Amino acid sequence: MSEAVWQDYVERIEALAARSGLSFHPVEFEAVPDSFMMEIAVYGLPVRMPHWSFGVRYIYQLIQRHMGHSRLFEVVFPGNPGHAYLASGNGLAENVLVTAHVLGHADFSRNNMLFQRCQAQVSEHIVEHAANHARQIQQAIETHGLQRVEAVLDAALALEQHIDIDQSLRRSRYPEFAEPAKALADDKFRKRFAALEPRAGAAGPEAKKRAPVPPHPERDLLWFVAQYAPEMESWERDIFLAVREESFYFYPVFATQIMNEGWASYWHARLLREADFIPQQAYVDAIKCHSDVVRPVAADSQVALGLNPYHLGFSMWEKIVEAQGLEAALAIRAQDDDFAFVRNHLTRELADELELFRYSARDGQIRVLEPDLAALHEVILAPKYNFGAPTVMAQHVRADGTLELVHDHSLDGRGLDLERSRKVLDYLQRLWRRPVLLTTVNQAGLVLELSAP
Amino acid sequence: MSTHTDSHQPLDPAKWYDLFSRGARDWLRHDEKVRDSVRRHLPQIVAGGDLITGGARTVRVPMKMLEHYHFRLRKAEESQGAGQGKVKPGDVFADPSQTGGSGEKGPGGREEGEVQLLLELKIDDIVDWLWEEMQLPNLKARVGPSEETEWVREGWDRRGARSRLDRRRSFKELVKRRGAPGAIPTFTDEDLRFRQLARRRQPAVRAAVFFLLDVSGSMSDRDRKLAKTFFFWTVQGLRREYRSLETLFVAHTTEAWEFSEPEFFQVSGSGGTVASTGFAKVNEIIHERYNPATCNVYLFYASDGDNSMSDSAEAREGLAAIAADACFTGYVEVSSGLSRQLDTETGRLFAELGAAGGATGSYALNDFEDVWSAVRHFFSAESRAAEGA
Repeated sequence: MSEAVWQDYVERIEALAARSGLSFHPVEFEAVPDSFMMEIAVYGLPVRMPHWSFGVRYIYQLIQRHMGHSRLFEVVFPGNPGHAYLASGNGLAENVLVTAHVLGHADFSRNNMLFQRCQAQVSEHIVEHAANHARQIQQAIETHGLQRVEAVLDAALALEQHIDIDQSLRRSRYPEFAEPAKALADDKFRKRFAALEPRAGAAGPEAKKRAPVPPHPERDLLWFVAQYAPEMESWERDIFLAVREESFYFYPVFATQIMNEGWASYWHARLLREADFIPQQAYVDAIKCHSDVVRPVAADSQVALGLNPYHLGFSMWEKIVEAQGLEAALAIRAQDDDFAFVRNHLTRELADELELFRYSARDGQIRVLEPDLAALHEVILAPKYNFGAPTVMAQHVRADGTLELVHDHSLDGRGLDLERSRKVLDYLQRLWRRPVLLTTVNQAGLVLELSAP
Repeated sequence: MSTHTDSHQPLDPAKWYDLFSRGARDWLRHDEKVRDSVRRHLPQIVAGGDLITGGARTVRVPMKMLEHYHFRLRKAEESQGAGQGKVKPGDVFADPSQTGGSGEKGPGGREEGEVQLLLELKIDDIVDWLWEEMQLPNLKARVGPSEETEWVREGWDRRGARSRLDRRRSFKELVKRRGAPGAIPTFTDEDLRFRQLARRRQPAVRAAVFFLLDVSGSMSDRDRKLAKTFFFWTVQGLRREYRSLETLFVAHTTEAWEFSEPEFFQVSGSGGTVASTGFAKVNEIIHERYNPATCNVYLFYASDGDNSMSDSAEAREGLAAIAADACFTGYVEVSSGLSRQLDTETGRLFAELGAAGGATGSYALNDFEDVWSAVRHFFSAESRAAEGA
């Protein structure tokens, strides 16, 4: 296939997508070697900060690829313009499919409100920002040495899920003083009370009260540590904030995965059907490729203990467009995230049709549970709460600088993995430079305090 | 810009190299960290197997991939998940993530397998690495009044065996002589030069290292293993200095025997402790096989310190005899249960020797983590002793 032919297809698919109701920023396509695709999958961004933990993921990814488990066709980064990387090994049919798929993603990330909100914070140039962070960190390594920078990244990346998406990316510190007590209503009762007890009503010049830090349990640990660690250096804070910015970018990708992948799959299937300019053979090949992508996990082994989000999302969007029309579907893709999407639109009928089930695993045994739609929703969504991390919050900083963290075990249903939590406290303690405590519960449900050092 | 592989796209090699190397770079950093952690745990790692003088010069270390830790919930006894396929409520099957095997009709797996790395490390590398890392002093071989000699070249003479004829030198003489007027143009006997050899005294670089181990009933398996680990690293350190090093293994309870290395670490005795029997055996071997004047003798003694009270005088005498011949004597007290810090019968014996100016050192070894501090302690003590000598 020549460059010109594909270029021509891209333009015609774009035009077709726009006519069908999609709206997207322009997308820059780039063909890159497989090895580079793999790195994007590992890092999540084309150029990202160095850290050994990415090396571990890279090894797993290499093994996966050698065993033929995974093949990546495309990775797309939202923005204006968007960047799409295509595997240079793709054939024409695959690239036609991938182009349509990418346009689905581009439409989704431009119109979905969660994406919009996060993009408004992070800007539309996360790819460039991340490359810039990588460069800053490289400079920090040159200035401060690998050991010190690595210690900062160990802690920051360990806490990468612990952000508060409801707060602003450029959030300012807590107000230093507590708000003065509200003036008491000047009603009849107050007047009479003041008359009875003159001293109680006399409001002297009230001393300003320093607000406790944090004023409420704080979920945004990356921000909190960067702002309030007693002896952190400014370059260390910068690294924490860089990791936090990237997390703000990753959050909508994470929280709309089922919708977003389903939407892109729905649109590549639909655009391919409608694209009469594509030769018959290329169409057949592309559809074959499509059915590989949206294949239920269970296809080979009859029963799967997991779901393919592409398949689930794709099936749901087909149902929605069929039952409610395109307008409604466009509104849903703008307003929902996976939580709303699954709860509102994964119906009993669809769940039955897709043969979804709930199971419980215990002592090496899997038991299929009674169908219960609401419970099924929750099981699908459970790994997505709180960016997929346990709810750990900063609760208090003692006078000597000791940081108290608390794990909300009642929300998560059980306590933390103690060994891992200790290691995270060790990472954190090196930056906080004062003792760090964490309260959780043990196996028996008794309160347990971990500490570092 | 849209591109495709078929098209000619000028690639900036530097840019591409940077892009490709990122995953590999972080991978290398991971491996470096694995090696660091291996280094930290070397004493435990080499505590198994007969490594001291055996043929194997490498150790293999199975390692897990490092984990970058995050806050995670404890594994629930019972977990729920969502699946897909033809099943009825109440169906039960085996969890493939627990059985590991993938049955033909079983459901697809839930978790990835774990990857193990197998690091093969050369012992010589480890030792060099550790010595540099821990800045352990290098031992100075002691050069005693030595009888060992060697022929070395020294000057020329006009007479000698034909095999030692130095042709180049002889030719030079010819050229010099021909410069004079009326000289004979061919070689004469006057021109020939023969290399001369002279006897030179060589420093003694042989060493005999005695490992004396108390195998009485009070020494637990763990104690012996601690001692073995310590012995292993000690001998590696000494090997760095000596071209020829002989290791001798003596075990004692109320009697003493010499063992080969493999036997040595399996010996488990019973009964009381009479250290003097061990010292006597060592003395006997020194006098039978080695000349202390030409050979550096080292003694390392590992015991839990509970020497029999009645043996005090005899043990003191035996130890003094060894100390007179040896470059260094070391005592390592392995008492994993109690940490009495050398406040034992044998501990006092060595302390007295040290107070009397003998080249000696003692260390209480309680845990595998201490092995390195022990080795460092002895090597520092030994090098101080050598400087003083």
